[in-house]
Amino acid sequence: MTAAFDRRARANLPSRGELAQHDAAVWDLRRRRDVAAAAVPDWEALRERAAAIKAYTLDHLDQLLIVFEARARAAGAHVHWAADADALCRIVSELLAARGARRVVKSKSMLTEECGLNPHLAARGIEVIDTDLGERIVQLAGEPPSHIIVPAIHKTRREVGALFHRTMGTPRGEDDPERLTRYARADLRRRFLAADAGISGANFAVVESGSLVLVTNEGNADLGTSLPALHVACLGIEKLVPALADLPVFLRLLARSATGQPISAYTTLLTGPRPGGELHIVLVDNGRSALLADPAQRGALACIRCGACLNTCPVYRRAGGHAYGTVIPGPIGSVLGPAVAGALGAELPQASSLCGSCTAVCPVKIDLHGQLLAWRGARRDRSRAERALIASAGFVLRSPLRVALARAAARVVWPLLGRRLRRNPAEPWLAARELPPLPRSSFRAQWQKRVESSGE
Amino acid sequence: MNVSLFVPCYVDQLAPEVAWATLRVLERAGCRVHYDPAQTCCGQPFLNLGARREAKRLAERHLARFAEADAVVCPSASCVATVRRRYAELGAGGAPDAERQTQRTFELGEFLVRELGQTKLGARFPYRVALLQSCHGLRELGLGTPSEHGPGAAAEPSPADVLLAAVEGLELVSAVRPDECCGFGGAFSVTHPELSGRMGRARLRAFADAGADYVTSSDLSCLLHLDGIRRREGFGPRAIHLAEILANGAPAP
Repeated sequence: MTAAFDRRARANLPSRGELAQHDAAVWDLRRRRDVAAAAVPDWEALRERAAAIKAYTLDHLDQLLIVFEARARAAGAHVHWAADADALCRIVSELLAARGARRVVKSKSMLTEECGLNPHLAARGIEVIDTDLGERIVQLAGEPPSHIIVPAIHKTRREVGALFHRTMGTPRGEDDPERLTRYARADLRRRFLAADAGISGANFAVVESGSLVLVTNEGNADLGTSLPALHVACLGIEKLVPALADLPVFLRLLARSATGQPISAYTTLLTGPRPGGELHIVLVDNGRSALLADPAQRGALACIRCGACLNTCPVYRRAGGHAYGTVIPGPIGSVLGPAVAGALGAELPQASSLCGSCTAVCPVKIDLHGQLLAWRGARRDRSRAERALIASAGFVLRSPLRVALARAAARVVWPLLGRRLRRNPAEPWLAARELPPLPRSSFRAQWQKRVESSGE
Repeated sequence: MNVSLFVPCYVDQLAPEVAWATLRVLERAGCRVHYDPAQTCCGQPFLNLGARREAKRLAERHLARFAEADAVVCPSASCVATVRRRYAELGAGGAPDAERQTQRTFELGEFLVRELGQTKLGARFPYRVALLQSCHGLRELGLGTPSEHGPGAAAEPSPADVLLAAVEGLELVSAVRPDECCGFGGAFSVTHPELSGRMGRARLRAFADAGADYVTSSDLSCLLHLDGIRRREGFGPRAIHLAEILANGAPAP
């Protein structure tokens, strides 16, 4: 009964100290977001506007994609279409192979994580260096990111210091974040200058102008897309916004929701290739059009990957990103999970208390907890025993007489359940807490007794 | 006003005193209270599990039992949220009046403050009390302003806050992260006991640090979860339902 997610959470953050540290670090992002949102007088109206633009975009996605393709081509970019992860990997590796590119610098892209691009290229002898500092840390550690905005939030500075010492030869015991960042910066600068190609994601793609929008705090995407002659941008088909005038709506929401910054340090609008260079845009479906066709789940495609739902989520903060087992953790990851991650993902909608904080914080107003509930309703993988339990509980609860009989039986076993016996059906409850005492009689019985004694 | 008492299945079984307290409070507020002993469950546990067929059958049974009521009042925000916010999408109803009926179902505090305009009920409770916001009350029924909302949101105080502020002798204490989930979450509490326990311990610790003698809520299920943790871990304030405070008081902690 107890979910694998729960076991992974325990393994992920085993001690109360680690748990408290992770929770506090992530909650701090939520707190910063609250402060930033409070300073915008029309915050709620801005969310409404963003949700409306995204709804329009998803409703007209087929047409908008074709217009975007034409405008991007007119600006000098090449546009490719990838139906799935394999197609993306093939397109990118062929582009690199055709130009003899061996060294690639990559800026942050959850999509390429989703599609397994790094291992695909590594297997073909291509060196891919993640250039976002957090992503670089998890790459050096050989781990997946645990957060979509702060990929290494699960690591302490001491762990990062030890990792850098082992992999980059920084002085033993050095764990000052600023000095560690300087070492990483120097190492990355060398790799930027030597790179044959740059791979990036995109935060937005503007239909009107055929532009890509890259938002970072480190400027790594700007270096990676302007130094090498070849730039390959990989983005999901849902990243479109119709017009340049729509961008400010999202830019005002994105950084504030993510980290509480009014705007991120670098926001780059990129239209066509750099002079003398090549720009290839790969538009990736990988399950997105199936999601678009599902009225209960399409809302998730509005996501701008700000991470606010992770930061507010009491489950994410106490489980850690790696407990999810999927590329994107947290509420949005649990909503996308069943669509993109098979059996592993199908478990995720259960890993929620449905408190609704994610929905309330989402800058584009995705009904995240409503969608989790909808996934639960669509489950088809229940065991026979579970189905029988549900059916018999339903049968009992449809009749007050059967409820009374069930209670009489419960009265007998209740004192036994409280003891922590082996094979105790109450064990999942008792794993965290004591059983409440069972009163002598139900309200219904007490009421009926009172009615009888008053002679009504 | 004629009011039908909606007693959630787990309140009926595990805390009859909360149903009696609700009854007394409503009577004190001048209502004529009816109770139909044939009612059972609104279907929330099944909806929450994703067992929509069972949920729908119970929802339709529930609607039929309360078809005659002018107003339905319930001491559980999450059950009310199920009726008001989820019945329509379950396709429960059939009755032409189902929509109106679901919108005439109220959580106790909400009914007292927003429907009757009654805030002072003459209760006395000389303790320090922390309010555990019900997630479903707060974010689905709009009973209060969630901490996530930024400027421009409709801001209404939570009825429970208003009612508790009017209780004689009661000192309302506020904990950090005032509306973080306690980790009960229905099925979640048993499918993910490790996480549910982690969340519950954190809330209990926050209420203890705020100096609360009692923690109260309009959702008994959350309180049973927190009280079970208190008894297991040996720290934290005792749990008491909002209706019990409003009905009169409690034994010393």
